[in-house]
Amino acid sequence: MTKAFGKLAAVEARLFLREPMAVFFAIVLPVGLLLALGTTIPAFREADPSLGGQRLVDAPFTAMMVLLSVVTLGLSVLPAGLVLYRERGVLRRLSTTPVRPGALLSAQLLINVVVSVVATTLTLVLGHLVLGVPTPGSPWAFAGVFVLGTLTVLAIGLLLAAVAPSSRVVQGVGAALMFPLLFLAGMWLPRPLMPEVLRRISDFTPTGAFGQGLMDTLGGHTPQPLHLAVLAGWALAAGLAAARLFRWE
Amino acid sequence: MAIITVDHLRKTYGTRVAVEDVSFSVKEGEVFGIVGRNGAGKTTTVECVAGLRTPTAGTVTVDADLKEQVGVQLQECSLPDKIRVGEALALYASFYSRPADWRALAEEAGLDLRAPFGKLSGGQRQRLSVALALVGSPRIAILDELTTGLDPRARRETWDLIARIRERGVTILLVTHFMEEVERLCDRVAVISRGRVRAVDTPEGLVARAGGEQRLVFHTDDPVDDLRALPEVASVTVADVGNGPEVTVTGTGELLSAVAAVLPPSRTRGLRMERTTLDDAFLVLTGKEES
Repeated sequence: MTKAFGKLAAVEARLFLREPMAVFFAIVLPVGLLLALGTTIPAFREADPSLGGQRLVDAPFTAMMVLLSVVTLGLSVLPAGLVLYRERGVLRRLSTTPVRPGALLSAQLLINVVVSVVATTLTLVLGHLVLGVPTPGSPWAFAGVFVLGTLTVLAIGLLLAAVAPSSRVVQGVGAALMFPLLFLAGMWLPRPLMPEVLRRISDFTPTGAFGQGLMDTLGGHTPQPLHLAVLAGWALAAGLAAARLFRWE
Repeated sequence: MAIITVDHLRKTYGTRVAVEDVSFSVKEGEVFGIVGRNGAGKTTTVECVAGLRTPTAGTVTVDADLKEQVGVQLQECSLPDKIRVGEALALYASFYSRPADWRALAEEAGLDLRAPFGKLSGGQRQRLSVALALVGSPRIAILDELTTGLDPRARRETWDLIARIRERGVTILLVTHFMEEVERLCDRVAVISRGRVRAVDTPEGLVARAGGEQRLVFHTDDPVDDLRALPEVASVTVADVGNGPEVTVTGTGELLSAVAAVLPPSRTRGLRMERTTLDDAFLVLTGKEES
């Protein structure tokens, strides 16, 4: 059975790499945006007092690019792939073999986690080499927030896949959710610059908590308990709901 | 010894009755057909056999491990567009404890290992689907609407593949609505209509049930009244269709030889013989209830 799972994960990984759009939006776009904007816009590289003296390209923008990759995978790539598999009867077909269809779901989750780790590593390494972005100040805390946040976003993606009636709908809903969630995370207006009310709302959203956790740990601070609790709460709620509602056919 | 036994199977979805009452048994090594019109309950029946659905009432007994030893080809099941034929076969082979040689299967099915699923023709997809159903070396293969939507040539290639599989002793449960497919492939057939079994028999047996009548049609200028006295002849009708009288003789048994003894074929023109086909038999067995 482990041999079957390994084979399944390997095939799914190859299928992922054959989707240029998925590779582009999950890996190339976040890394490319950081490097392109960081090198071409001088203001991104100037110490900003409103950001506590750090440069925009440091913790704030780097955290947003990590988030962009994870959110793209969790709200678009993962649910669209799973719903398409359900629509096409791939999951149903698997259920007639000795392999449980749950194995395919696990393989998909594993691949999305691996891809988000690759994209994040590339963002951190290239950001450091090209733009001098400091390496995470609290590396273990950063890794912890990254794992918790990624699981949260993937759980929300699973819930989307569970309730969406068709792959067309899941893509539309995923995209419609992505923009407000990225906005609330501070993609276009960094959280330190948000009005108090907006920042308060952002604290309780999965992406707001994830983004702030990433920024805190990149900057060498400990993550705020509120944000960890918010992430864990969303992960638990979305994960349980997805497990209850998921349909194989 | 029956390898599959279906006993008074009933399946309802809410208030809709998909299968009313279906019973049949399949012997090891035979090709057993399930025929019926669209919506007759064929697919639901085999999905219950495959363990994909739970019967509302009745029992399904399969003398094999459902996951390991039953290979399934389902309607409306496809693969990701970008997976290659060889990858799909190798992947599915890895699921089973005693897989078949998937390269040999692909060759037998005439498939290019490097071709992505999305680029395959309908016939190639069906043959890949059959190959995937066989990749675990199953004792039973369930094949649902294998050749629907295929052109005649692709259909023939798929039939050839099935004929070769039966030679290995795999028991095949075949769902179809093509009578030609039944005649070519099936040892026995269950005719299902409106969720009930109307008949279980060999294809020849079904034809005999439907009357098994033969019909001779020819033109002649000779008198034909003597034919009526023959024991093989049931009726003789003469119609004028323009180029001389057209005679239709119906009957059973050795009708052609009996008629030829009285009226030499050299005295007739355009002689042709028609017999009850499986299509006719199917209509007789199901038509009353559904048309």
